[in-house]
Amino acid sequence: MKAYLGIDVGSVSTNIVILSEAGEVLTGLYLRTQGRPIEAIQSGLKAARESLKPGVEIAGVGTTGSGRYLAGVMVGADVIKNEITAHAVAACMLVPDVKTVLEIGGQDSKIIILRNGVVIDFAMNTVCAAGTGSFLDQQAARLNIPIEQFGELALQSTNPVRIAGRCTVFAESDMIHKQQMGHALPDIINGLCEALVRNYLNNVGKGKEILPPVVFQGGVAANIGIKAAFERALGMPVLVPEHHKIMGAIGAAQLAAEKVAGTGQTGFKGFGITELPYRTRSFECDGCPNACEIAEIYEKDRVIGRWGARCPRWDVI
Amino acid sequence: MPRVTFPHVAESYRSFKMLMEDLGNEVILPPRPSKHTLDLGVRYAPEFACFPVKILLGTYLETCPKGVELIVTSGGVGPCRAGHYAQLHKKILHSLGYPVDIVVFEPPRLYPLDFLHNIQRLNPRRMSYRAIYECIRRAWRKLQALDNVEKLTHKVRPRETIRGATTRTYRRVLEWIDRAYSLVEIEEAERSALEELQKVPQDPNRDVLRVGIVGEVYVLLEPASNLEIEEALGNLGVEVERSLFLTGWTRDNTWAETTEGLTVKEAAMPYLPELLGGHGRDSIGNTVLYAKRGFDGVIQLAPFTCIPEIVARTILPRVSEEHNIPVLTFFLDEQTGKAGMTTRLEAFVDLMRRKKAARRPA
Repeated sequence: MKAYLGIDVGSVSTNIVILSEAGEVLTGLYLRTQGRPIEAIQSGLKAARESLKPGVEIAGVGTTGSGRYLAGVMVGADVIKNEITAHAVAACMLVPDVKTVLEIGGQDSKIIILRNGVVIDFAMNTVCAAGTGSFLDQQAARLNIPIEQFGELALQSTNPVRIAGRCTVFAESDMIHKQQMGHALPDIINGLCEALVRNYLNNVGKGKEILPPVVFQGGVAANIGIKAAFERALGMPVLVPEHHKIMGAIGAAQLAAEKVAGTGQTGFKGFGITELPYRTRSFECDGCPNACEIAEIYEKDRVIGRWGARCPRWDVI
Repeated sequence: MPRVTFPHVAESYRSFKMLMEDLGNEVILPPRPSKHTLDLGVRYAPEFACFPVKILLGTYLETCPKGVELIVTSGGVGPCRAGHYAQLHKKILHSLGYPVDIVVFEPPRLYPLDFLHNIQRLNPRRMSYRAIYECIRRAWRKLQALDNVEKLTHKVRPRETIRGATTRTYRRVLEWIDRAYSLVEIEEAERSALEELQKVPQDPNRDVLRVGIVGEVYVLLEPASNLEIEEALGNLGVEVERSLFLTGWTRDNTWAETTEGLTVKEAAMPYLPELLGGHGRDSIGNTVLYAKRGFDGVIQLAPFTCIPEIVARTILPRVSEEHNIPVLTFFLDEQTGKAGMTTRLEAFVDLMRRKKAARRPA
């Protein structure tokens, strides 16, 4: 049986999906990147290989996320796609008539507007990461609450508390202030969820026509407090798909399937790459005053990829 | 000989250098804006000044230590801060110990006497007006040649079969135009340059998207300030048409191509009847015209905190909806990261491709 591999290397998590030809998720892995994407990819692929049933053959591989080029050259990807397209494709697979995708990940938040299955508009947070997963993680750690319980606590809130949510630093000050005043923790957490949603809709979602069905995905979609806050703010139901955390990887796998259907072959190097030594190196180019910071990745002793140049000088590998 | 310099605006320095030298000045060439330029500019410019101010100041701070006496720059029309920047630059440079003077060229049609006075300051050889006119004519022709060659790279790059071949050829043929001096030589160099670029191996059947680029003039013209967006788009298989060139030929072009013969100003009128300085109204008008000409999308480039473009940005979603054309905006400053821009550009290109495919009958 043929299957397709999708890898989404993000700031916070590295997700790996094996998708059947029919579009079912055979394996879905969610791992923490922990600042070491190469190791995350290798250990993820090892786990993916172990989960593989006999007779399943990888017929194509796609990568996405901020580490998509790195992952792409490591595995020999057939398609390397940006997160926006990958998330839109995955949302369309699960909810074919989806019109709005809200996606909040570790450090990115995006909104994707679709009509008739085609992306017609999108936006991504630009200057500020307030209201993304990393901030929620931080606050959960500060309050010593497991992030998984954050949402449930918010739902226990009985009294609204308004938290200033434009900037995470000020949001934290405001939360501390509200705590010192004696507000209950669930109320504060709920206030934070509402502040994040407000910030998201006023920044990323500004000027966008948000129509149902609305799909909410990304790591933060696991937080039922945020989902509830979105439903209150939008006045419409918000769907959180079962595989909300790994939607990017699902989209990448689906895009690989589409690509391979056209070319008929895959560049996938095989699971053997989990055993190969990889290392990266960076240096400052001295070719011109731009002093680009070039990063390169080695497989054994061979350079397989380079990034960061503003001119074609380092394109030849 | 007075030592003069001027801002770096893409390849135009090749023409300005010739003109200044013809008039008897020693030219200190501005370097291509780099990280170092930005570091200098950001350190000494007000934080909320717009991006071009910082780049220009950085450029001056790179050339002034080489003994510049006179800076030649342009002014601004309408209520845009850029009109005051020359004076601001002068004050900052003086406070840093560079006793330079600045000659600001305003549109000659509005200030003819000013224009002649300024010309005289750059004319140490005391050439006749007739001789100066000939020099300007040659410089203008060289500028046109540079623009025409650049324009062709926008068409060739998305179709090239060898990645980077267009850019490499472009770098080479620019030198031919650089060396040309007389009108005949300039025209000859332009012709050979265009022919050479056409020889870059191309795939004529490639499905190429067409994108119009609108926005503020400096970030539009200087690739170093927009992270070489035109090259990046070319590599993604997108043919770009920029709404502005120094020689401004596009205006006539767009008139002829729209069926209604609309001007940029007329096209913008239903959305923005006021002149708001800079190129805010042009951004709107050009977006309308690109939509009417069947382009696949429009990209707006603006310096962070640029008021005219912020106003245009808030109007563009309506234009985008009513004319059914996707619009993507980039606000640029020293904080802009290439990775974020690449992700958005790739997504925008996917969006346009899928939209185009959906429109096409199966």
